[in-house]
Amino acid sequence: MTTTAIFFLIAGLGLITWVFARARAGRFIQSGVASVHSLPSYHGWYAAMWAVVPAVLFLLVWSTVAPALGSYQVLESPLAAQLPTDAFERAAILSEARALSRNPDLKVFNDAAVQLAPLYSAADSRYAMIGALAAFLLCFAGGAFAFTRIRPDFRARTQVERTVMLGLLLASLIAILATLGIVASLIFETVRFFNLVSPFEFLFGLQWNPSDKIVDGQATGFGAVPLFWGTVFIGAIIAMLVAIPLGLMSAVYLTQYASANVRKWMKPILEILAGVPTVVYGYFAALTVAPALRSFAVSIGITDASSESALAAGLVMGVMIIPFVSSMADDSIAAVPGSMRDGSLAMGATKSETIKQVLIPAALPGVVGGVLLAVSRAIGETMIVVMAAGLAANLTANPFASVTTVTTQIVQLLTGDTDFNSPMTLAAFALGLTLFVVTLLLNIVALQIVKKYREAYD
Amino acid sequence: MLDNTATTSTKSKMSARDVKVFYGEKQAIKGVSIDIDMDNVVAFIGPSGCGKSTFLRTLNRMNDTIPIARVEGDITLDGENIYSSSMDVVQLRARVGMVFQKPNPFPKSIYDNVAYGPRIHGLAPNKAELDQIVENSLVRAGLWNEVKDRLQDSGTALSGGQQQRLCIARAIAVDPEVILMDEPCSALDPIATAKIEELIHELRGRYAIVIVTHNMQQAARVSQKTAFFHLGTMVEYGDTSDIFTNPREERTRDYITGRYG
Ligand SMILES: Nc1ncnc2c1ncn2[C@@H]1O[C@H](COP(=O)(O)OP(=O)(O)OP(=O)(O)O)[C@@H](O)[C@H]1O
Ligand SMILES: [Mg+2]
Repeated sequence: MTTTAIFFLIAGLGLITWVFARARAGRFIQSGVASVHSLPSYHGWYAAMWAVVPAVLFLLVWSTVAPALGSYQVLESPLAAQLPTDAFERAAILSEARALSRNPDLKVFNDAAVQLAPLYSAADSRYAMIGALAAFLLCFAGGAFAFTRIRPDFRARTQVERTVMLGLLLASLIAILATLGIVASLIFETVRFFNLVSPFEFLFGLQWNPSDKIVDGQATGFGAVPLFWGTVFIGAIIAMLVAIPLGLMSAVYLTQYASANVRKWMKPILEILAGVPTVVYGYFAALTVAPALRSFAVSIGITDASSESALAAGLVMGVMIIPFVSSMADDSIAAVPGSMRDGSLAMGATKSETIKQVLIPAALPGVVGGVLLAVSRAIGETMIVVMAAGLAANLTANPFASVTTVTTQIVQLLTGDTDFNSPMTLAAFALGLTLFVVTLLLNIVALQIVKKYREAYD
Repeated sequence: MLDNTATTSTKSKMSARDVKVFYGEKQAIKGVSIDIDMDNVVAFIGPSGCGKSTFLRTLNRMNDTIPIARVEGDITLDGENIYSSSMDVVQLRARVGMVFQKPNPFPKSIYDNVAYGPRIHGLAPNKAELDQIVENSLVRAGLWNEVKDRLQDSGTALSGGQQQRLCIARAIAVDPEVILMDEPCSALDPIATAKIEELIHELRGRYAIVIVTHNMQQAARVSQKTAFFHLGTMVEYGDTSDIFTNPREERTRDYITGRYG
């Protein structure tokens, strides 16, 4: 019997338990017991939960334990005693045998594996059987236990609510735990990297030229400043020079000038812009904008213009961020009390004077928060810069030159044939951690500002 | 139209003739005529939703900012129709200032709040004159002594009553001819309210003042003329003392004695 089949059977049993428990609880109501605490369906859910949840949990645990038990049994057999003593060889043979037991057509390299395979089949099916039996037992026991607790005054609703709450809590914990796990692995690998390259060198070094050979007493080529500069130059300077004015102006237009009709079709279009996959922007940057910019630069006499200019990536990234800035600014402007606008208009200020001198200053904290969020998004953006920004780690402020970014280099370091323990791979983790810390700080500051601002107006 | 309303007087600052206001299909003001002069503070009273604010806002065309609002009838300022195409709204609002129910200082310094109007209307050619205007306005609004040492503090950091007086200072900084006040004290405590009422007394004569209020005692204290509104019409308009002691209309009497509203 496969595991899937067992799951379905248990689900079926759960359904049956639900029906019976519900019917049993329903009889209390029909028989006119004065105070039935919970609706019959709650009793049904309660019993079904008891039938299904312990059994499924057991199966999950069992499916991780059973293979180990199987291996153990195989190793106890006399055949296994003849295996080579070298741990590495043994493991190779054993894993081959296990694979063969699941798929008899497999080509094997060790004859010993062929002999061990039937043992594996036997052990695995034995433990699968034990697991299935135990799961069914738990299912029946749980169902029966719950069934006996069904009484008119039993608070099934409370119990069901509590279980639902627990389930939701678990779901949210998983996301948090995953984040913590990611951070932990980043920190772990970064520490290993810093054992090879000093943090000072990494954070302040001006040479980025990573290689696997680390010679003592020499600059290692892991100075990340050119990367940081490239990231800031593209994501926080060029992109924001595009996104802030255009986003702000579109927000002002949409909130203050556009008629309801115009807003009705313009807002969704802006939102669609936000939903375009970044790889499409990447194409656009690499194949359309970059060549155009280069020929423009050459035509105005800049001879060393790169075809992977910072300007191309930054401009396109700015366009990508516009809807984001615009919707944040839109929210902030809409949150400015109407009375402030009226106050200015009643002084005889024109609409644009009111916007310039009252609305935007009043909305500024919210707008600044939104811009910080946009920056943190821009510096973490990968696809556009991988496709359109270069790999040359130049420390230059020339927008027509090629610069590289943290995300581009992470991709560069991790793709291709590199050893997982090489300094280059570890450097990617150090870069990732740096990026993570910076964006985290930006987000915290931005959310703090936005929150303060919201409080100010209500 | 009621005959007790429209007695055209030569010295009336603003006069309205048969004014109707519509919000979309709905008519909020159903033909109101009134004269407002420089010598008397006029109070608008009436139950909630009767159209006091709506009518007040027609006097400086603030209803223009509501897309669905439509105004019919004639309103003149010094004999000039304020809804004619030759009337510049920016000029009009400089001449007819407004103070709102909830104090609404701009998120700027106290100084910049008061200087806002003079700056946009170009009233002060240099810093010294602007300083003078700011000081005079704050003095007249009775706020100078409280804020003269912290003019650069944010206007929003003041107390509610101070904020409202700042808004009045802001309104008088452009030297208007008429000041409209829509329930200026309803968000204030009794002490701050008394200060504003005192201020209204002092401003009387220099500006034509119209005040909307829900507080009968306040209307009796600050105004010389009172208009009673009900369901979009102006039921009665006359000397405040007459309205409160000897109203001509049944509905006015009922409202004043608290029988409804
Ligand atoms: N912006 C608007 N859009 C649509 N209808 C409005 C608008 N403003 C006011 N009204 C309607 O016009 C009528 C008069 O409202 P108005 O605010 O002038 O009353 P009011 O006498 O000032 O009341 P209150 O004493 O509560 O301030 C009300 O029925 C109101 O619902
Ligand atoms: Mg009102």
